[in-house]
Amino acid sequence: MSVTSSRHRELGLTDSEYELILEGLGREPRDVELAMLSLMWSEHCAYKHSKRLLRRLPTEGRHVLVGPGENAGAVDVGGGLAVAFKVESHNHPSAVEPFQGAATGVGGILRDVFAVGARPIAVLDSLRFGDVTQSARSRYLLEHAVAGIGHYGNSIGVPTVGGEIYFEPSYEQNCLINAMCVGLAPRERLIRSAAAGPGNVLVLLGALTGRDGIGGASVLASAELGEGDADKRPSVQIGDPFAEKKLLECCLELLDRGLLVSLQDLGAAGLTSSASEMASKGEVGLDIDVSSVPLREADMEPFEIMVSESQERMLCVVEPERVGAVLEVCEHWETLATPIGQVTTSGRFRILKRGEVVGDLPVGLLVDDCPLYDLEPAAPEAPLYPGTPPVLASQATPAEVLLTLLASPNLASRRPVFEQYDPVVQSRTVRRPEQADAAVLALPDGSAIAVSIDGNGRRVACEPRAGAFEVVLECAANLACVGAEPLGLTNCLNFGNPEKPHVAWQLKEAVEGLSEACESLDVPVVGGNVSLYNESPDGPILPSPVVGMVGKLPDASRAGRLGFAREGDVIALVGPFQPAHTGSELAKLQGQAPAGRLPFKDVPAILDAQEKVRSMIRSQALQNAHDIAEGGIAVALAECCLAGGLGARVALPEGLDPFGEDLGTGFVVSGDPEALGDFPVIGRVEGKRLEIDGLLDVSVDKLQSAHSGGLDALLR
Amino acid sequence: MRVGVVRFPGSCDDVDALLAAERVGQTELLWHKDRDLHGVDAVIVPGGFSYGDYLRAGAIARFAPVMEEVVEFAAAGGLVLGICNGFQVLCEAGLLPGALLRNTSLKFVFRQVDLDVVDHDTPFTREAPDRLSIPVKHTTGRYYTPEPVRVVLRYATNHNPNGSQDDIAGVCNEAGNVFGLMPHPEHAVDPLTGSTDGLAIFESIKAHVGDLVQA
Repeated sequence: MSVTSSRHRELGLTDSEYELILEGLGREPRDVELAMLSLMWSEHCAYKHSKRLLRRLPTEGRHVLVGPGENAGAVDVGGGLAVAFKVESHNHPSAVEPFQGAATGVGGILRDVFAVGARPIAVLDSLRFGDVTQSARSRYLLEHAVAGIGHYGNSIGVPTVGGEIYFEPSYEQNCLINAMCVGLAPRERLIRSAAAGPGNVLVLLGALTGRDGIGGASVLASAELGEGDADKRPSVQIGDPFAEKKLLECCLELLDRGLLVSLQDLGAAGLTSSASEMASKGEVGLDIDVSSVPLREADMEPFEIMVSESQERMLCVVEPERVGAVLEVCEHWETLATPIGQVTTSGRFRILKRGEVVGDLPVGLLVDDCPLYDLEPAAPEAPLYPGTPPVLASQATPAEVLLTLLASPNLASRRPVFEQYDPVVQSRTVRRPEQADAAVLALPDGSAIAVSIDGNGRRVACEPRAGAFEVVLECAANLACVGAEPLGLTNCLNFGNPEKPHVAWQLKEAVEGLSEACESLDVPVVGGNVSLYNESPDGPILPSPVVGMVGKLPDASRAGRLGFAREGDVIALVGPFQPAHTGSELAKLQGQAPAGRLPFKDVPAILDAQEKVRSMIRSQALQNAHDIAEGGIAVALAECCLAGGLGARVALPEGLDPFGEDLGTGFVVSGDPEALGDFPVIGRVEGKRLEIDGLLDVSVDKLQSAHSGGLDALLR
Repeated sequence: MRVGVVRFPGSCDDVDALLAAERVGQTELLWHKDRDLHGVDAVIVPGGFSYGDYLRAGAIARFAPVMEEVVEFAAAGGLVLGICNGFQVLCEAGLLPGALLRNTSLKFVFRQVDLDVVDHDTPFTREAPDRLSIPVKHTTGRYYTPEPVRVVLRYATNHNPNGSQDDIAGVCNEAGNVFGLMPHPEHAVDPLTGSTDGLAIFESIKAHVGDLVQA
């Protein structure tokens, strides 16, 4: 069979992919079928450039209840409870419309978590923008993305408890908005998305279906309708947190009452992807009648209904005798619920319009038959990313360097951002931003979970494998500082165009680094997301794997703090900390490109240090713990002073670079001299100045004004 | 003592208010369609985004069936506490004077603030010390009133987070039985999750209801 039309190309399918479709179908696809196939075979849905690589990640562990493949992964936290979590990107929509893009990013990840039966209890965000000191556009994106995240999370009553933000020129055209949600569920309420039971009813829950997000299929739209400009169609989804709040409460009550066979959220590619994935997992067929779908605009075509990305919708499978009870619960929560089809034995996904078949595809063709591609990685011969104009003179004094680092956008206080988020709703938050290195959320039995999200594109750019390895170490170090042991992680792989050999190399190396780190720490990956093609004419974004990690601590009341707590406590440096200038914030401020080798990692020594910090926080031998990250030990000490409102006198070990970095390996801790045991002592908590012998002597007030003013000035 | 907490669609701090009230007595969830307050001794209208805060914060919630009961309950001298969105609802319902406007920053703000208790002669503040540290979190919290009002709480110097008139953080009606405030006392009842200064409000309610029962 030969390719007779070019329509598939406009929808993003290659000729050879289209040949496969013709072969699988034995005929030309109809419009609705082609729209569905083009989306299901897109990178976003099929992971065709990353799936083979992702198989490398370890996904099994003794705490894992639900691994990758479901809406969110879940781990066992004891006491009959499960914690579900996932991080996902909403990068491109946010670059087009930052407020709604970021808001619906949060809305989408919340749905992923309650789709598995867990109540969302926390949101964290990992954000990347261009250089806000230079770019008004990046300041605009930052301001509106932050407002959008707050709008959704605050309004739906889920606390935003942590996150991170970096500013680098490579994100100028491709900002990154990664949102992570953590949910809590009784273990028995966890539910999977596989459709089952031929004869069971498909019920669509939530918002009306409109033309939102039909960007991918807009070419087809104009072709069919023969009028208007496809570009004018709304392609960014609009979020309605109120609708989702009702939908959330409704779904959890449906699950509590045991009324559902399975549940799935509607995300990218809408009904098409959620229904076909449910059918594929359950090895069944589905019939959906588009004329049953409640519409916001009356004249929508079947393909538009099938690919619409209208927000705040879920799809569930219900036994026929329970449909009445389901509709009753939905009415209580003022959530629209409509039977739109049923489970069949056919193994086919049939689209009907008033009973007449308008599309009929084998489920396997949609979900499994998209070809997977091997990458063609090639290491670049020269650094891919240029340095930025220097902002620090080489003759700057150490005190000037420290104050400049503290005020720099990447290190300055995040208060102007996190003050726009509600961190306390639901009354579980034991550690909020700037209180500790990880957020801590209390569980009903007095224990707690800790959550951290991390990534550092500059360091991954230097050495993708070692940089990605470091990201995982850094997350685990954050957890250790509050006394938590890792249970599992989720990741979002944000990269440029994988068809380019250098980006493919970054991606392959980074996945390798993540895998090695997960194996070293014995922390499984329970889910994640991939965002590729983040590239502009100026080149790809920095390779940006983002890792979200969840851990557990036995006693919420003993969660560690970041700030120095008592005058007279002794300060120690723990861990095989081997800082280097390469890839550091200081190197960036001096105009150096992100290139060169990162420090070697002595994994057993790192694990030992993390374990010691963790157990000494748990036993309350330590008054504070802070992992040494960007800006090196000088910045880490300053941060401990700022968080505690106390000064310190310190003498650094001979030859230690005060601003060099080695992420995830070193800790600044303090406590009673006797309690610190054989930790190498470097100083004492005292007064209201930070004094580092032979280096600098700055008042805490001065540190404070540098740190608190850095981002504030850019956001006003 | 039994405290009823109203739940509208879109309420977010309803469970938090229940947990806080449970520290001083029994609790009862009141659904927005209820036409009966189930004999509770006091009512809390909690924070959140009732009906999405669409149209105007609190503007739709005031028409909820349960609010008719709350208005009647207040008229009969029953204790009604409105927190954040609940304060907005009570103003919209005419139970309290004035209105809440957008913060001068036009942004949502979360902050731990200090409050001066300027009127201890109310059922909600009789057990409170002069100074409280309690978080605020809102976008629409700038209190404004063209008429005289009985002020119960003011933001301490340099702690006004929203531009409120005369640093007003909480007000009550003339009779003193209806109290609205923007800060969240229910988020300051447990040393594990923050300060415990908010408990004084709930303990005051308990003491007042106890006196009524004895009398």
